[in-house]
Amino acid sequence: MSSEIAFPSPQHRRHGSSAGQPLTRRDGVLKVTGRATYAADNHPEGMLYAVTAVSSIARGRVTALDVEAAKAHPGVVEVLTPANRPPLSHDPDDKIPPFGFRVEVLQDDTVRYVNQPIALVIAETLEAATEGAALLNPQYEVESARTGLENGERFDTPAVGVGAPSRTAYGDIDAGLAAAVRVTEADYVTPPQYHNAMEPHAVVAQWDGDRVTLDMPNQALALSCAAYAAYFGIPAGNVLIRSPFLGGGFGSKAILNGPQILAILAARMLDRPVKLALTRAQMYGPVGHRGQTWQKLRLGTDGEGRLTALHHHVLAATSSFDEFMEPAANASLPLYASPAILAEHDGLRLDTGTPGPMRAPGEASGSAVLEVAMDEAAIACGMDPLEFRLANYAETEPGTGKPFSSKSLRECYAEGAKRFGWSGRPLEPRRMRDENGFLVGWGMGTAVFHCPHFPAEARATLRADGTALVETAGADMGQGAWTALAQIAAEALGLDPDQVELHSGISSLPDGGIAGGSGHTASAGLALHNAGVDAIARLAELATADPASPLFGAGNIGVEARSGRLHRRDDEGRSESYSEILARAGQAEVVGTAKAARDPAVAEAHALFSHGAVFAEVKVDPDLGQVRVTRLVGAFAAGRIINPRLVRSQYFGGMIWGISFALQEEAVTDRRTGRIMNADLAEYHVPVNADVPSLDAILIPEDDPYVNPLGVKGVGEIGITGTVGAIANAVWHATGVRVRHFPIRLEDLLVNQRDVTSAFGN
Amino acid sequence: MKHSVVSLTINGAERQMLVAPGSTLIDVLRESQGLTGTRRGCEQGACGTCTVLVDGKTAMSCMLPVETIEGAHVETIEGLTPPQGLHPIQEAFLQGFATQCGFCTSGMIMVAAALLAKNPNPSREDVVRAISGNICRCTGYEAIIDAILDAAVRIRSAAHAEAA
Repeated sequence: MSSEIAFPSPQHRRHGSSAGQPLTRRDGVLKVTGRATYAADNHPEGMLYAVTAVSSIARGRVTALDVEAAKAHPGVVEVLTPANRPPLSHDPDDKIPPFGFRVEVLQDDTVRYVNQPIALVIAETLEAATEGAALLNPQYEVESARTGLENGERFDTPAVGVGAPSRTAYGDIDAGLAAAVRVTEADYVTPPQYHNAMEPHAVVAQWDGDRVTLDMPNQALALSCAAYAAYFGIPAGNVLIRSPFLGGGFGSKAILNGPQILAILAARMLDRPVKLALTRAQMYGPVGHRGQTWQKLRLGTDGEGRLTALHHHVLAATSSFDEFMEPAANASLPLYASPAILAEHDGLRLDTGTPGPMRAPGEASGSAVLEVAMDEAAIACGMDPLEFRLANYAETEPGTGKPFSSKSLRECYAEGAKRFGWSGRPLEPRRMRDENGFLVGWGMGTAVFHCPHFPAEARATLRADGTALVETAGADMGQGAWTALAQIAAEALGLDPDQVELHSGISSLPDGGIAGGSGHTASAGLALHNAGVDAIARLAELATADPASPLFGAGNIGVEARSGRLHRRDDEGRSESYSEILARAGQAEVVGTAKAARDPAVAEAHALFSHGAVFAEVKVDPDLGQVRVTRLVGAFAAGRIINPRLVRSQYFGGMIWGISFALQEEAVTDRRTGRIMNADLAEYHVPVNADVPSLDAILIPEDDPYVNPLGVKGVGEIGITGTVGAIANAVWHATGVRVRHFPIRLEDLLVNQRDVTSAFGN
Repeated sequence: MKHSVVSLTINGAERQMLVAPGSTLIDVLRESQGLTGTRRGCEQGACGTCTVLVDGKTAMSCMLPVETIEGAHVETIEGLTPPQGLHPIQEAFLQGFATQCGFCTSGMIMVAAALLAKNPNPSREDVVRAISGNICRCTGYEAIIDAILDAAVRIRSAAHAEAA
């Protein structure tokens, strides 16, 4: 019957529909009152506290632990070490697809990185557990740490990121370079960075026989349930994960890690609830990071400033025991037209925790470098950086020739440049000063991000009182999913968002897919949309088959759901409310369900990307080299926008992460020991508000009829791409100094200042 | 070392508690008082997430041994929240979309409360300076600054209405 019900495609229903209108955040009241419960806020009866003892060396073996001293401390209940750790049903050195990582769960006495768990102390109080861990006084057999290019182990890798190809070649790169009038070539370095979500990773685990309830922040509920089930030898249905609020995730809460598994194991062993919350310092190791990269770019250009070759080589760091690497070179594949493109990666094994996906994995570090290289090539060609990018605009996906499902990058360039005032920019560096004598520079970069779609399921229940309950196990880590997903469901159900209750964030609900890859709104949203459509179809069946309904017999004509009523399509006057239909049918509710996934033919036929352009102004103190970003304008086109206020927040967040990448973030490793010297929030710099200028994010309208039936792309990560390069390029424009590593520090500008002053004559 | 008895007034209620040596205020608030609206972010005073008011001034509760504040008045986000409805600062954060993941929000709001108590008409720079010790990793700073400025207006107009 559902095929007989006509629903205009959502792209054409924006006027008068809830989507696209800003609303109050659904989670707002709970958050401003402190009543939102994060994992570590749970405190079940009889709960114990677990604290991990972590290695202080990067490589070697633990030869002794003073377990007796720890156990003798008042309040300590148990100490888990490799000697007594109960068995797990899954080998932690065997990865669980698709996103499995190898984890350290006391499987042996080997130390593979600093801050690896080497024991777990469980006690009646947090103080006792902490003190117990301190009393373990580990002794080590230390091997020298491999910390960088000079001593890391290089290897060939078939895949980077999550299953992305490590080498992609379009055309003949050597021929392209040979045909070039100019070749711009340079080496760049990006640092290790740590997610540092404000909420440290935590879990409260409670067992009941062979069932376990886990309060934990989690970006991938269904996949995690399956993985925990494998580790503990129980059916996936016996794992219940409750993750109503996440204090940020950025990728680090999508993947299982050793400390959380150990806490769950301890709870089973001791038959009491156990809470574990990592300290800030302990987050620098077992819960992922953005791995360091060393990148080489070779850009061949012809006499008109068109690319003849684009060669992006990345050496990407990973751990000694696993494979995740920043797929940074792949950032050069979808963006600029070139007859020859070669993107390739090699691996470098270091004694660190395994890197993982961190907001725009690969795209962030690859785009940062690509955009600087494009700036250098533009300068070499004597062209304005924006003009240069337009000269290399890709009308179809480079290499594959596929059409883009939609691409509004020209509009992004134009609107962004206009708002910023780009047209007045002098080509030469060191030509602008402000009233205080600070050097002023303008730079730009292109933003791009792919549009993944994860399979998801949802349920929509229309209730007798005319309201609805919609359910999917999604995750809101701050992006506003609860709000945007409810808007999508409300539109499908023909209801006001206030009439729609959304349940999410718990794994017993239909699988909501993964909150990652900027794909959550599209993935969980489409499932909710389809479930809503299904519920309306079922309701319409009731009405059109009922002789007492004004909609009787409208099955072939179709009905439309609007404002809590079904309307006959050919006669607005004939309608009936959901409550009336259900009441007469004697039903308390009608339930719609749906599964949603990407149609493979869509991805086969189209290149699916969001685009944007970012323009930055920096001011640099000519004497001290201090850099301030003073203006940042981003223009982004990401398909249909469900909630502009939430989306703007996502763009701003991404752009500020760009500032952070360009000027602030870096985990600094002690080359002698492999220890991270700034494993805290005091010396690992992230922006506070005083670092952030006035931001402008322009939402470029874009209709995408292909990417998915909702027309929604993704917005969570694109803001960081483009921004990093734009800032670095602005620093060059202000100072004439080209810095080819991140973050750019004042000493980079001071050291080179004298040469530059003479070179540019001011 | 022995446990000691400490008396505090927490959100207006007098409390006596037995605390282990070195116990921090956040441990007491979260673990023994059940006041989990105060969040633990870095445990070294670097992120501002755990900010509460101690005798009206902002304090990082993760850095403060409770033995050192015997007799103090402590106010947390739970105490700031009125029995019905929201405090004007909370209302401003809500309406202004100044929360994202929400983890830094309690600390931001407590800092705002201290600022506005001292300076009911702050400039944008005053607000920026006041929350410079508070990290928001979702980086929602502009919205947070706007919300605090909006809260100042709300509080002033409420006071004005009361006076009239």
